[in-house]
Amino acid sequence: MGILNSKVPAGPIESKWTNHKFNMKLVNPSNKRKYDIIVVGTGLAGASAAATLGELGYKVKAFSFHDSPRRAHSIAAQGGINASKNYQNDGDSTFRLFYDTIKGGDFRSREANVYRLAEVSGNIIDQCVAQGVPFAREYGGLLDNRSFGGAQVSRTFYARGQTGQQLLLGAYSALSRQIGKGAVEMYNRREMLDLVVVDGQARGIVVRNLLTGEIEKYSAHAVVLATGGYANIFYLSTNAMNSNATAIWRAHKKGAYFANPCYTQIHPTCLPLHGDSQSKLTLMSESLRNDGRVWVPKKKDDNRSSNQIPEEERDYYLERKYPSYGNLSPRDISSRSAKEVCDEGRGVNGGEAVYLDFADAIKRLGKKSIEEKYGNLFDMYQNITGENPYEVPMKIYPAPHYVMGGLWVDYNLMSTVPGLFVLGEANFSDHGANRLGASALMQGLADGYFVIPYTIGDYLATNKFSAVSTNHDEFKKSEDGVKEQVKKLLSIKGKMTVDEIHKKLGRLMWNKVGMARNEKGLKEVIGEIKELREEFWKNVNVVGKADDLNQTLERAGRVADYLELGELMATDALKRNESCGGHFREEYQTEEGEAKRDDENYRYVAAWEYENAGKWNLNKEQLEFEFLHLAQRSYK
Amino acid sequence: MNNNMKLNLKLKIWRQSSAKSVGSFVDYKVSVSPDASFLEMLDEINNELEKNNQDPIVFESDCREGICGTCGLVINGEPHGPLRKVATCQLHMRNFKDGQTIWVEPFRAKAFPVIKDLAVDRSAFDKIIQAGGYISVNTGGVPDANSIPIAKDIASEAFDSAACIGCGACVAACKNSSAMLFVSAKVTQFALLPQGQPERQQRVEAMVAKMDEFGFGSCSNTYACEAECPKGISVRNIARLNHEYLSAKVKSTNVEV
Repeated sequence: MGILNSKVPAGPIESKWTNHKFNMKLVNPSNKRKYDIIVVGTGLAGASAAATLGELGYKVKAFSFHDSPRRAHSIAAQGGINASKNYQNDGDSTFRLFYDTIKGGDFRSREANVYRLAEVSGNIIDQCVAQGVPFAREYGGLLDNRSFGGAQVSRTFYARGQTGQQLLLGAYSALSRQIGKGAVEMYNRREMLDLVVVDGQARGIVVRNLLTGEIEKYSAHAVVLATGGYANIFYLSTNAMNSNATAIWRAHKKGAYFANPCYTQIHPTCLPLHGDSQSKLTLMSESLRNDGRVWVPKKKDDNRSSNQIPEEERDYYLERKYPSYGNLSPRDISSRSAKEVCDEGRGVNGGEAVYLDFADAIKRLGKKSIEEKYGNLFDMYQNITGENPYEVPMKIYPAPHYVMGGLWVDYNLMSTVPGLFVLGEANFSDHGANRLGASALMQGLADGYFVIPYTIGDYLATNKFSAVSTNHDEFKKSEDGVKEQVKKLLSIKGKMTVDEIHKKLGRLMWNKVGMARNEKGLKEVIGEIKELREEFWKNVNVVGKADDLNQTLERAGRVADYLELGELMATDALKRNESCGGHFREEYQTEEGEAKRDDENYRYVAAWEYENAGKWNLNKEQLEFEFLHLAQRSYK
Repeated sequence: MNNNMKLNLKLKIWRQSSAKSVGSFVDYKVSVSPDASFLEMLDEINNELEKNNQDPIVFESDCREGICGTCGLVINGEPHGPLRKVATCQLHMRNFKDGQTIWVEPFRAKAFPVIKDLAVDRSAFDKIIQAGGYISVNTGGVPDANSIPIAKDIASEAFDSAACIGCGACVAACKNSSAMLFVSAKVTQFALLPQGQPERQQRVEAMVAKMDEFGFGSCSNTYACEAECPKGISVRNIARLNHEYLSAKVKSTNVEV
């Protein structure tokens, strides 16, 4: 078991990043064009990184499995982006955003990274406004803010319920400008299937051209992964259909450690399940909790419709249990509370749903004001459910939404493979065991616009590079491995479809590695995942050809990786004998049923090193809290 | 949902094995829950096809929340189907009647060639944005966000234009396969905002030139684009585009005859 060096610079927390920026080596402007950088994934983190690196003069190749960078799932983020501008004069500061994020993450994130995130948060808003992002404004023409879970200040900037879309289109336009200028070469419809490591350095990738099926090789001096999260391992999640773990998983198998894989965020406000054919779960923005009140009937198995349940027979359980944060309690706590009341049989009609009610807000502010704030969300709700949320309360239930876990990175966002950098949701760095709302957009853009452009320069300036072309043996080996896997998948010709196996895996994960976990369930599920993996490789049926657009084959490769990752998530959850944030082990809870951390034994990042299928070695990064005091999280 | 509430439908779905091959409609029968989405119905058909070792129907989708713009089918002759202001992924089967026949086709336009079955190539839209659909600012060195006050109604109007998801339904709906709603939405967003002023003239010229290069048609004011737009982007954007383009051309040094 190794101990990892996070390379956090010395000094007071307020000056770490400033000093580090000065101490890092620079690449001379005329030398930048001699360096090739590969960026995989072009969502918020990837597009902002590729655009900025292009502006600086590096030769950038950007890859996306989408038909256009504008499709990345960052686009679906609804509510907003945090920044400690303190425009509201309500007591916000860099330190407070830092504090809220560390506390929200249940003291399982790295102080220095989180402070830097808070420090650059304001620059992000400036940058986006300069790009023409139409944020919501006050009548005086200045920017408007709203509140999000886990904060008592209003620091969330938003563009109606489509903040992610507007920010992504901002980054996409910056990227498009660089593509137009020839500074970035864009490779759409390519899926990364392997990382190529030469002499211990990340030097390229192997991708499948999704239109032709051709396996292509690309070399570079450094590789940046910004390929998002893996919540789709649950089959039903709020992630897009194509969001997947393959790029980071293949990099993991090439030496990048995987950190805190069990930290999963279950979002409290999603639409409940409607049936077997359901392909995904739809998120309703957390911002709705600014004005919506969450409740269930006080009685068990109450089958009356919502308007027949009088006020005194309703339990506004978040307001009751957490009076100071109420409906804006953090996501992990709100989700778990919803599960609790539903497990007690007090869900809507005794099932798995709770009410999110706007009747009071409509009475107080008027329908027009609610429409202005949340119109598109209300329309979306009505479309999907056929019910009008202006008249009847919404029904919601938690669903997998985001993963705090990801590839381990140091302060420079470099993984354990030199030259492999990881940004955004794909890394583990900033959110600890639970991410606060409106912080994913902030982290993606902080990493892409303001961190990687500095740290990658230092890496390039301080390392020696041998000439490596795609004819190198390592590229050939990777290419052969990828081709072999494609051939194997197509040749099994079993009885089960890829989706059937994925659904089975999803159910296993949701039941035993979901909102609540216990030792017995985790031990069982590890065996069950292994069995399912064997079944997959014996009995899956992947139709179609290798050299054609083949969506079944694409999904098969992703599910093959989930069947390995699932085991690691369960292994990590089993090893962590404490509850923290999104990781709730039933054995470890306080008398009131809250997560009970064990700081003495588990105040570390678990970074797993891949040895071979089903075997990992644990490495630890001890978390030191120099500037904040460890405390039990309380939102009461 | 119990089984006897399922809808029994006949589907006629466009199948085309590659850009160069000839396509045709193929019949499918399906029994589906009214709560399922249109794309979930196609998922079910595909799962059955795969079980029978047949090639599934290729169609594209990603977020399934109506925001990424990946999905887009012509359903009974209408891009994104019979409902207003929804993308294909948000269309639910309760909007169809038991026993109904549904025709499903790809978006059709010269500039959007079919890739396979229901998937089309919309990369021309990216090329138009690359020609000028941005504000030329590098990362860093920009003023404080509140140093550029923008009236609430102007910001809101700019947002209405910026809400375009780039799905291409406007092109598919237009008898001339015009991309003017898409282009005008981006031009309008930046023409309204103070940040967009320095490049206002070059932007509209460059984007329109690129649009023409790809063979998109002209606007002849049928408003079909607005009717089918899942985000309700207004044709007033096109009026503004024409205005912007004319003003730019009057002042332009880049004169063509």
